[in-house]
Amino acid sequence: MNGELFLQQLLNGLTIGAVYALIALGYTMVYGTLQMINFAHGEVFMVGAYLGLSVMLVFGLAAPAPGGAAWLVMVIAAAAVGCALLGLLIERVAYRPLRKAPKLSVLITAIGVSFFLQNAVMLFYGAQDRYVPELLPARRMGEGAVSVTPMQGVIFAVSILLMAGLQWVVHGTKFGRGMRAVAQDPLAARLMGIPVDRVIAMTFAIGSALAGVGGVLFGSYYSTINFHDGYLVGLKAFTAAVLGGIGNLPGAMLGGLLLGLLEGLGAGYISAQWKNVFAFAVLIGVLLIRPHGLLGERLAERA
Amino acid sequence: MTGILMLLPILDSNSYHTEILATAALYALLALGLNLIVGYAGLLHLGYAAFFGIGAYAYALLNLRLGWPFWAGLPAAGLIAGCSAVLLGLPAIRVRGDYLAIVTLGFGEIARVVATNLESWTGGPNGLMGIAHPAVGQVRFGVEARPYYWLLVILVAATAWACARLRRSRLGLAWLAIKEDELAAGCLGVDPLRMKLLALALGGWVAGLAGCVFAAKQGTITPDSFDFIQSVMILAMVILGGLGSIAGAICGAAILSIAPELLREFSTYRMLLFGLMMVALMRLRPEGLFGNRYQVPNGQSVPGTKRRV
Repeated sequence: MNGELFLQQLLNGLTIGAVYALIALGYTMVYGTLQMINFAHGEVFMVGAYLGLSVMLVFGLAAPAPGGAAWLVMVIAAAAVGCALLGLLIERVAYRPLRKAPKLSVLITAIGVSFFLQNAVMLFYGAQDRYVPELLPARRMGEGAVSVTPMQGVIFAVSILLMAGLQWVVHGTKFGRGMRAVAQDPLAARLMGIPVDRVIAMTFAIGSALAGVGGVLFGSYYSTINFHDGYLVGLKAFTAAVLGGIGNLPGAMLGGLLLGLLEGLGAGYISAQWKNVFAFAVLIGVLLIRPHGLLGERLAERA
Repeated sequence: MTGILMLLPILDSNSYHTEILATAALYALLALGLNLIVGYAGLLHLGYAAFFGIGAYAYALLNLRLGWPFWAGLPAAGLIAGCSAVLLGLPAIRVRGDYLAIVTLGFGEIARVVATNLESWTGGPNGLMGIAHPAVGQVRFGVEARPYYWLLVILVAATAWACARLRRSRLGLAWLAIKEDELAAGCLGVDPLRMKLLALALGGWVAGLAGCVFAAKQGTITPDSFDFIQSVMILAMVILGGLGSIAGAICGAAILSIAPELLREFSTYRMLLFGLMMVALMRLRPEGLFGNRYQVPNGQSVPGTKRRV
């Protein structure tokens, strides 16, 4: 494999890595505040992808047009809002009533919610792959063998913007301070007058909104979505969160990009068939050497 | 109790019903095995289906390549799965809690992808075919579910009996001790590493037996039967029944394997309702059907405080 192809694989890997990172943030935020693995998060991502498709269908968006980028942003925003509401609903129905229950019981409700969402989407859209219209022109930018599509550009821009925004929310706003306080010690946070329930609900809303954005980007990038996608992509995003150190926001971003890179290069250099083994083998290796993930040392300030 | 369960297929000769019962019994066996690991030793394991698969492939290969009969393959499959559980456990056991869950999840996924890609041995995505059905003397088991159901009920009863004995043994108490407080247990002379590996070995053994019966019953196995969803479903059965409870594991397995069949009349809405049912059941009995109401240490009842598995 020559240098140009290497760069191209690197770029493709980073693109999908940025999407993993967006979804991984939701896992890591919930884990940071509740020490709970939200197994339904992958399905929220999948619902986001279908919400995006629905908005495109409602507005009759089918082909690249001059205002394509603006439409895409609107579709992303709609999916984000829809998924935020879905996240709030899931937290309220399936997680909040079980907060005092044994830790594993939320695993069951999460699986229940996953089954429900998967089958609801399947009933509504059918089990076959759905084509997602491309709103941006497919032409490649850049000279020679290495090139970027407009869609890849949008994915980078949107994810960098959102990650920076999230950093600001967590470290620069009153809500973010509340979130970090709840993550450190919920009892003390409550005694200090922080509305713990509302902070947790907001955490779910933000994480789910990011997953929704990830869903639209994923669907537009691959032009096809299926109701089964939530499972594998969710699993990988989760892997990314753990790789970077679960509960740690920069860790989730790093883990997502790293996992995307590993996949891109692993598929190119080793074999596409063994792609998933590669990702998990690296995960296990990292966990055995650094049991709290790459950036896990900063667990104290997780949020 | 076992006798009544054994009689069921005679009272109700509907072969479809017997098939469902056999599936429920298979899951009951798996749930009992996983209960040893998660409920007794407190190790959250998310790759249990891998041992089920290893047992199934072990018997399939012993049978297809070496011509081993079922009754020789059954203990061999259990042993191989038990040993794999220990070997994969050796590196994994060093990490704790949720991280252990993720490492085991990783091993489970790797096992499945290996089974899918190692075509010369496992037949790849198409799996292995033509695995021999068991026979007792001249009586062949064939494809009918009934003899398998009887065999599985015997295995479930034996495993449940062994689990009940284990619980009250030194080993069971040691598991309880490391589950409650590993450091304190270690100080009292319990070797946590050995105890955990023993739990994995026994749990793996049970999964291997189940895998062997599954392979012999189906005659065909593919990697899809041993994926992450399978691991999660078995875990769901254990949790739904109540962690550490033998009756709970069996009932959880029965409910989660029979409910989708009962919901069949709702056809397309079946799995939708199944999902809602899981949420509703957990909201009604958060500690599981047969679980003890959990006492939070120090009387804390604050959202998000650290709770044990």
